[in-house]
Amino acid sequence: MITVSSLLDDYWYERYKKISKLNIRSSIYDVTDRCNLRCKGCFFFSSGEHERASEEKDVNKWHGFVEKEMARGVNLAILIGGEPTLCLDRIEAFYKRLPTFCATNGLIKVPRDRFPDMMVGLSLWGDAEDEKILRGKDTFKISSANYEGDPHAYYLYTITPKQLGKTEKIIKKIQDVGLKVHMQLLSNDEGVDGFSWQPEELVEVRAEMDDMLDKYPGTVISSKYYHEVITTGKMLDRTFGWMECPSVTEPIDKRNPRPKRLTNFIRWASDLQTMHRCCTSETRDCSTCKDGAAHMSWVMVNKRAHIKTSKDLQNWIEVYEMFAKLYQFIPW
Amino acid sequence: MFRHDHPATLDNHITVAMSNDSTTVTKIAEIIINELKLEDVTPESFDADLDLVDEVGIDSMDLATIALVLRDEYGIRIDEDDYPKLTTVRIIAAYIEDKLNSND
Repeated sequence: MITVSSLLDDYWYERYKKISKLNIRSSIYDVTDRCNLRCKGCFFFSSGEHERASEEKDVNKWHGFVEKEMARGVNLAILIGGEPTLCLDRIEAFYKRLPTFCATNGLIKVPRDRFPDMMVGLSLWGDAEDEKILRGKDTFKISSANYEGDPHAYYLYTITPKQLGKTEKIIKKIQDVGLKVHMQLLSNDEGVDGFSWQPEELVEVRAEMDDMLDKYPGTVISSKYYHEVITTGKMLDRTFGWMECPSVTEPIDKRNPRPKRLTNFIRWASDLQTMHRCCTSETRDCSTCKDGAAHMSWVMVNKRAHIKTSKDLQNWIEVYEMFAKLYQFIPW
Repeated sequence: MFRHDHPATLDNHITVAMSNDSTTVTKIAEIIINELKLEDVTPESFDADLDLVDEVGIDSMDLATIALVLRDEYGIRIDEDDYPKLTTVRIIAAYIEDKLNSND
């Protein structure tokens, strides 16, 4: 029988043991239907999800809701939107109780006296030119001023095909303001001209992401296996898609056969009653989905499939560590 | 703040009486081998003291599956809060025997 220690030397085995018992169970929450930007390609607005539910305005109901979420085993709240920082009281309902991650465009600074160690993910869609095309303004200028040197914030850099050859400039900018960065890929839900991935571009972007990780290991939080999986849609001998994805809302999951390795995931709308299909929009074609969290989770829930060779298991460890760092379960 | 004392990150130091009932031990090893589709090992050769998480690589989803089979096999319910302490086949066997005895 293949055991973990038979595949790993002492160094890797210690790394494995630091994450082997974490048992992270996340769910995703729309905090509000409103945003202070309207980005082209944002799945929340392009798919009409912002009109699916009317947001719950009674903050007491948010507190009760979070208690129920904890009772069903959630130990990581991932807050998205709209723009969560428009509703700090709702964020606080999560933050007071459990590890909480807040995805934001960074235009509003989370008050650190109220949320001292909440992990904040700052969205960035490219250089100033692309930011203006896609989001109407260069958000980096504002978000970097708000969060410079913050140990509990990092950039979520969504790479688009237009960014090929330009990522290093962005990574350097982020390094210069004393922040970390995690790279993901745009899924062009809104069909913005020139922003959909072509196969040869995916090969190119994978090489570029690998290069950035090699050159900026203290700034880039990533793993080459994650780059491989997200750009190829392949993990071991399997192909990512609807029948494989672990980030489907479990109570409304009608897949047959339903994947066995699921973690009670739910993506809640801001009325605290409506459930969205999955971690992204219902209108997205899963065969072209590039959602970073979904691909990470896909790897993470399939640990035993990676207990075959040393390299496979090391790949799994690196992806799990990356996720655990991004959500503060282990230090940078 | 609570990050490092959250239950998901806690080591579990609860001790469970060790089982000496080889029948239960072998049966549980058989269930685990079948459910995880482990290769090159038999219920008789399975090391009952092998750490299931750190060595076999099982996770909470595997444990949930195994718990369902054990429920059907022994008619006992395994509380999810108890998963972290069920670290070896021998400990699981002792846990089951304890549950069965307390039902007498």
